[in-house]
Amino acid sequence: MVRSITTGKGFYIIFCCWWLAWILVQAAMVERAGFDFLIAFTDALCCNILLAGCCALIVNNMRFYLPRKERYWYLLVVSLVESAIWLLMSKWILKLLFRSNVAYQAFLDQSVPIRYILAFLMIGCMAMIAILWYTLQEQQENDRRKEDAERLAKDAELLKLRQQLQPHFLFNSLNSISALAGSQPEKARHMIQQLSDFLRGTLKKEEHQLVTLEDELHHLQLYLEIEKVRFGHRLQTAINVREEAGKLLIPSLLLQPIVENAIKFGLYDTIDTVLISLDAAQRKGMLELTVTNPFDETTAVNTQGTGFGLASIQRRLFLLYARNDLLLTHANGSVFSTTLLIPQNIYEGHHH
Amino acid sequence: MKAIIIDDEFLARNMVKEYLQYYPEIEVVQECSNGFEGIKAIQQHQPDLLFLDIQMPKINGFEMLELVEQPPAVIFTTAFEEYAIKAFEAHAIDYLLKPFSKERFDKAMQKWQQLGRQEMALQTGQLLEGLGNQPFRSNRIVLKDNGKIKIIPTANIRYLESADDYVKIHTAEGAFLKNRTMQYFEQQLDPQQFVRIHRSYLVNVQLISRIDPYEKDGHLAILSVGVRLPVSKSGYQKLKQLLGI
Repeated sequence: MVRSITTGKGFYIIFCCWWLAWILVQAAMVERAGFDFLIAFTDALCCNILLAGCCALIVNNMRFYLPRKERYWYLLVVSLVESAIWLLMSKWILKLLFRSNVAYQAFLDQSVPIRYILAFLMIGCMAMIAILWYTLQEQQENDRRKEDAERLAKDAELLKLRQQLQPHFLFNSLNSISALAGSQPEKARHMIQQLSDFLRGTLKKEEHQLVTLEDELHHLQLYLEIEKVRFGHRLQTAINVREEAGKLLIPSLLLQPIVENAIKFGLYDTIDTVLISLDAAQRKGMLELTVTNPFDETTAVNTQGTGFGLASIQRRLFLLYARNDLLLTHANGSVFSTTLLIPQNIYEGHHH
Repeated sequence: MKAIIIDDEFLARNMVKEYLQYYPEIEVVQECSNGFEGIKAIQQHQPDLLFLDIQMPKINGFEMLELVEQPPAVIFTTAFEEYAIKAFEAHAIDYLLKPFSKERFDKAMQKWQQLGRQEMALQTGQLLEGLGNQPFRSNRIVLKDNGKIKIIPTANIRYLESADDYVKIHTAEGAFLKNRTMQYFEQQLDPQQFVRIHRSYLVNVQLISRIDPYEKDGHLAILSVGVRLPVSKSGYQKLKQLLGI
């Protein structure tokens, strides 16, 4: 919330002192024009209290409505109109008070232009101060908000980085490289290259970016190569992509965690060779991807639902497509399959 | 001196072997790629030292250790840096975080050489007892049944009953024995699912269909499978709190 200019005692003290000073100045001026003190003081008091009221009104208005475009025209018009109203009111009151004093009535009529100009300047200055104050306040508020947003974005980015880097995968891969470095340095170098390419690919991509399945599979291939160095002959993969599916679009970094999950599940739930298969096809305007892995139904703990770290994928799909039915898991005998559906006509859909 | 390396990654085993070349007195009698092979090899060779990975197929390193009668000294080698391993810091001979340097490996070996064999057996024993004290909850129990390794998902457990030095684990398939204390299981299992209703009983609360008063202050928990178990006073309090009755 924007802090009001009237917050705190300071404003009121200055405001009151200012009008008190003006009352005295005006009273002295009217007295010099040849009227007695009572008349001069009443004139000054009446005029300035009304004027102070007008200024307070304009300051208060600015708090709720701060003009943006053409603010100086607004300022001018409001000041002119408000001064005119003030003039009519003060003149009417004074005329009523000193009905019988002909000389004063004449003086009042004569001094209309100077009274009007003075009031206009006062109200204009007040409005200008209010505008400057509130603009400054708003600016500070915006800066604070921007800072907060930036900090939040940075936190989110760090979290994303940490998730993408997959510490277990990274450290185990580094351990494999360390082992290769002694006996087969060429292979170690090759693996470092693959790991770098994979990490670069992961860091470069944005989560909301759509890429073709071909691109995503290329990225996945790097990951699989590294995993195959780690697990040797135990890990076998079969990727079967129907021709038309390669050009279809998929949000980046969605497929790899699913495959990673299948590999983990397969490798740690069985002893033998593990075959991970990936099938991609186009079906009813969607890209359908099915990843399968072997598992042991007698010992697997979480075959129901979408456990196994798929919750975050589910969440992302929901954020992207507002649907909860795009990730399906199915256990059939000793094969566990995860099916991912990616709607393709989401943008054209709006034109139909 | 005999050593066994248990790790599901070939290159990770090579790494340990390579560093062990500088210790000619230590002979690597076998390499194993999973816990099942590991148990057999340990029984067969009775090694002095074990290099053990944690995340492995079927049963993890901790579960494997539990199934070994007299576990040898253990040095964990793992990339698994989570809280569990930190909690074991006090008890383990050592653990090496992959990838580890030759210097770090030598330090672990030094630690091992400075300890006598007796002390080491003690330390590994403490490590296993400590397992139950750690916030390391498993969703399954691994045990040996007639020489075969049995993995029981905790959801399949009906209740646990103390039986002298053992705990009897009752499931739909029958009862299995495991050489651990009730306290161990009470700490190991999810407290939202398993409640110690009695000195001798730990029950899967999802199976309780009814709680009836019994004799003076006692109660009986009746499971949906027809079993009736005694509930002690404090056990009844725990049940009331958990089930919100």
